[in-house]
Amino acid sequence: MSQRGVDVTKPYERLNREQIELVHRTSLDLLENPGILCYNQECVTMLEKAGAKVKATREGEHDAWWVSIPEKIIKQALDTAPSKVVLGARDPENKIVMEAEGTRVHFGTGSETNYWLEIEAETFVSKIDGREEVFPVMKKNRGNLEYLCRSAHLSEQLENLDFFLRNVNVQDSDITGENKDVNMFFAALNHTTKPIVSGISSLDQLEKVIDMAELIAGGKEELLKNPLITFITSVIKSPLQVVDETAEKLMAISRKNLPVIISTSPQGGSTAPIEEFGMMAQVNAEVLAGIAINQLSNPGAPVIYGAVPVRARMDDLHDMYGVPEFCHYNIDCAQMARYYQVPCYSTAGVADAKIPGVQAAVEKMFTYTSVPSSAPDLVHYAFGLLDKTQTFSPEQAVLENHQIGMVKALYAGSKIEPQDADRIKSMIGEVMASPYKLYARYARKMLRRGEIFPGFPFEGDSEDQDHTLLVAHEKMKELEQVEPKYLPEDVCKSIFEKIPGLLPRLNPYSK
Amino acid sequence: MGDKIIERIVENVLQGRRNKDDEGIEEDYIGEPGVAELVQEALDNGIDTNTILLEGLSKGMEQVGEKYETGEYFIPDMLTAAEAVEAGMTVMEPHLASEGGSGGKGKVIMATVEKDLHDIGKNLVSIMLKGAGFNVVDMGIDVPAARIVEAAEEENADLIGLSALLNTTMTNMEDVVKELDKKGLHDKVKVIIGGAPTSDDFAAEIGADGYGKDAFAAIRIAENLIQAGGTK
Repeated sequence: MSQRGVDVTKPYERLNREQIELVHRTSLDLLENPGILCYNQECVTMLEKAGAKVKATREGEHDAWWVSIPEKIIKQALDTAPSKVVLGARDPENKIVMEAEGTRVHFGTGSETNYWLEIEAETFVSKIDGREEVFPVMKKNRGNLEYLCRSAHLSEQLENLDFFLRNVNVQDSDITGENKDVNMFFAALNHTTKPIVSGISSLDQLEKVIDMAELIAGGKEELLKNPLITFITSVIKSPLQVVDETAEKLMAISRKNLPVIISTSPQGGSTAPIEEFGMMAQVNAEVLAGIAINQLSNPGAPVIYGAVPVRARMDDLHDMYGVPEFCHYNIDCAQMARYYQVPCYSTAGVADAKIPGVQAAVEKMFTYTSVPSSAPDLVHYAFGLLDKTQTFSPEQAVLENHQIGMVKALYAGSKIEPQDADRIKSMIGEVMASPYKLYARYARKMLRRGEIFPGFPFEGDSEDQDHTLLVAHEKMKELEQVEPKYLPEDVCKSIFEKIPGLLPRLNPYSK
Repeated sequence: MGDKIIERIVENVLQGRRNKDDEGIEEDYIGEPGVAELVQEALDNGIDTNTILLEGLSKGMEQVGEKYETGEYFIPDMLTAAEAVEAGMTVMEPHLASEGGSGGKGKVIMATVEKDLHDIGKNLVSIMLKGAGFNVVDMGIDVPAARIVEAAEEENADLIGLSALLNTTMTNMEDVVKELDKKGLHDKVKVIIGGAPTSDDFAAEIGADGYGKDAFAAIRIAENLIQAGGTK
C-alpha cells in the first residue's frame, strides 16, 4: 500500500450506479458506431484480428480506417488490465501502489509548459509620498533543461508532491529530436527520488530511456519490479481518432510491460460535447479504446485510465479549467475508472490565471477541493501551472504545496472512535468546571503530534499589501539551496558511457 | 534541595502543570507533583516567597516567553503555563499577605464592557496577566461602567483592562474613562483597552491610557504604566 498521498475513505459519488452504466453503455455503442477513426495500420490490423470491423478511408493526405470496436474487445481488455499498478521510485518509500479498491489520492506536476515564470523582488518608490515598497516583478522565460532540473529538484522538496511529471518543455539550442527524451528523463531522474511520469517525443528514444532506467534500477527485472518511469501517451485525438505515431508508441511501451497512462483530453464545446453526458460518453469511449489497444498489444500490461476532459472558453475556445463543468467531468471519470477497476489519472489545480494571485488561488483551490473528493489515484497538473498549462511558476508550486496539504488534511478520515468517548466527556466536564472555560490546555498534545494543521505559512505582515508571493519567493529560494539527491556517481558514469545523446553539462560529477 | 525544588517549579511551569493531576506537554507527568504542590513543598522547606516567585514562577514564564518567540511554543502552551503560575500564586497568597506584599506586580480589574458577552480575549489577557505576576480581579462579561469603576476603587486597583468585540459595544469603553474622570480617579487608575475593533487611535480618542493588540502587548503596557509611576 502506498504511504504517500491521502486516503479519501468515502469517495464522493456524483453519478449513481444507473448513470455509470448508462455512460458505459453509451460509450460501447459509440465505439461500435461510428467507431474510431484510426490512422495507424498496425493498430487497425490488431483490432481487426480481435474482431473489429474495419473500413478504409482517406482523411486529407492520410490513410485512415473506420474501426467499429465490438463490446467483447473492450470487455476482454478490461478483464486483462491489471487492477494493481505500481509507480516505482528511486527511493522505495516514494513508490505509489494503486489498487482497484484503493481510495488513495496522489498529487503530481504536469504538462510541459513552454514558459517558466521568473520572479524577483524589486523595491519601488512611491511618486506620491516617497515611500519604498517591495513588489514581485515577473518575467516569462522559455523553458530549458536547467529549469527542468530546478523543477525536479524543487519537486523533491515539496512534501505534498507525490510524483513528478515533466513539467517544463526544454527548448535549448543543443536539444534535438534525437536527444530530447534521454536528456529530459535524465534531468528528472537525477533530481528527484519520486516516481517519474513522462511522455516520449520520439519512439527511437524509447529503448535508450528504458536502458537508462534499467541502469538506475539495477537491471531489467528490477525495473519491472520497481518501474521508475511511467509513460503517458496521448493516443487519442478527440473526437475518437487514434493518432498514427502515438499508437505506435503506445503499442511499443505496452510490450515493454512498463506502466502507461492512456491520456485523452477532449474539450467540451469544441472537440467533445460540452454537456456532461455527451462528454462522459465520448471521453470514456476514448480511454476504453486506448486500453483496448494497450491490452491487445500485451495482455496484462499495467495501464492507467487517463482522462483529462476540459471545457472550452466560449470567447476563444481555449481550454478552461477553473469551472464547475471541468470538475463534473473529472469526478465522473474517477467513478468510471473505479467501475472498471483500473487506476485513474485525473486533473486538478490548473489556473486560467496568467500569474500567481487571487484568480489563480480561487481557480486552483476550487478544483483541488472538488476533484480529489472522488478519489482518483493520481491528480496531475498540480503544482505551479498557470495560463492554462502554458507557464510554470516555482513560487506558485510552493504555494500549492500548502494548498494540497490542506486538501490532504481535509480528506483524511475522521477520528471519532468509541474508545475516546469517556476522555472527551471528562475533558469537557473539567473545562466546564474551570473559571475561564478554555480548552487551550488540551490542544497542546495534538499540536505536538502535528495533528493540528498549521496556519497559512506565507502570511506577510503588511497592512496594505499582499506579501504572499514575496514570502513564497523566499521559501522557494530556501528550498533551492538544498543539496540535490543526485544519482550515485558510478550510476551516472555508467549512464553517460552507455546512453548516447546525453549532454555532458547534465552530469553533476563532471563539474 | 531548595535549588532542586525551584528547578522543578520552572520545569512544571514549562509543562503547564497546575497540579499532580495535570498532564504535561511530554508524557509520564501525571501523578508527579505540579506547580501547586511544588510551591507548597518549597514553602514547607523554608524557601522565601521572593525566591519562589522570581527564581521559579517568573523564570519559568520567561522561558515560556522565549520559546514562544522562537516559535517552539504556541498560545495554548503560554496559557497553560500561566495557569500553572496562577496555581502557584494561589498557594503563596496567604504567605505574601502575611509578609505585607501586595500580591505581585499590581492589581488589575478586567472586564468585558456592558452589552458585550464575548470573553475569549479578555480571559486570555486575564490568564496571561496572572501568569506575569499581576493580581487580577476578573469581573466577567457585560459589566456596566459604574460597576467597573466601583470595583477599581474598592480593590484599590492600579489598572483597568477593558475588552469589547463589537463596534456597537466598544463605545461603552469611553463611559468607564468618563466615570473615572468624574470621580477623580484617573490619575491613580489607568485604563488599557483591547479587542478586535479597537485600536491605538480609538484608545487615544476615548482617553484610555493604552491599547493592547494582543495579550503580550497588554502585559507590556501594564508593566510600563506601573513602572512609569502613573499609578498610586
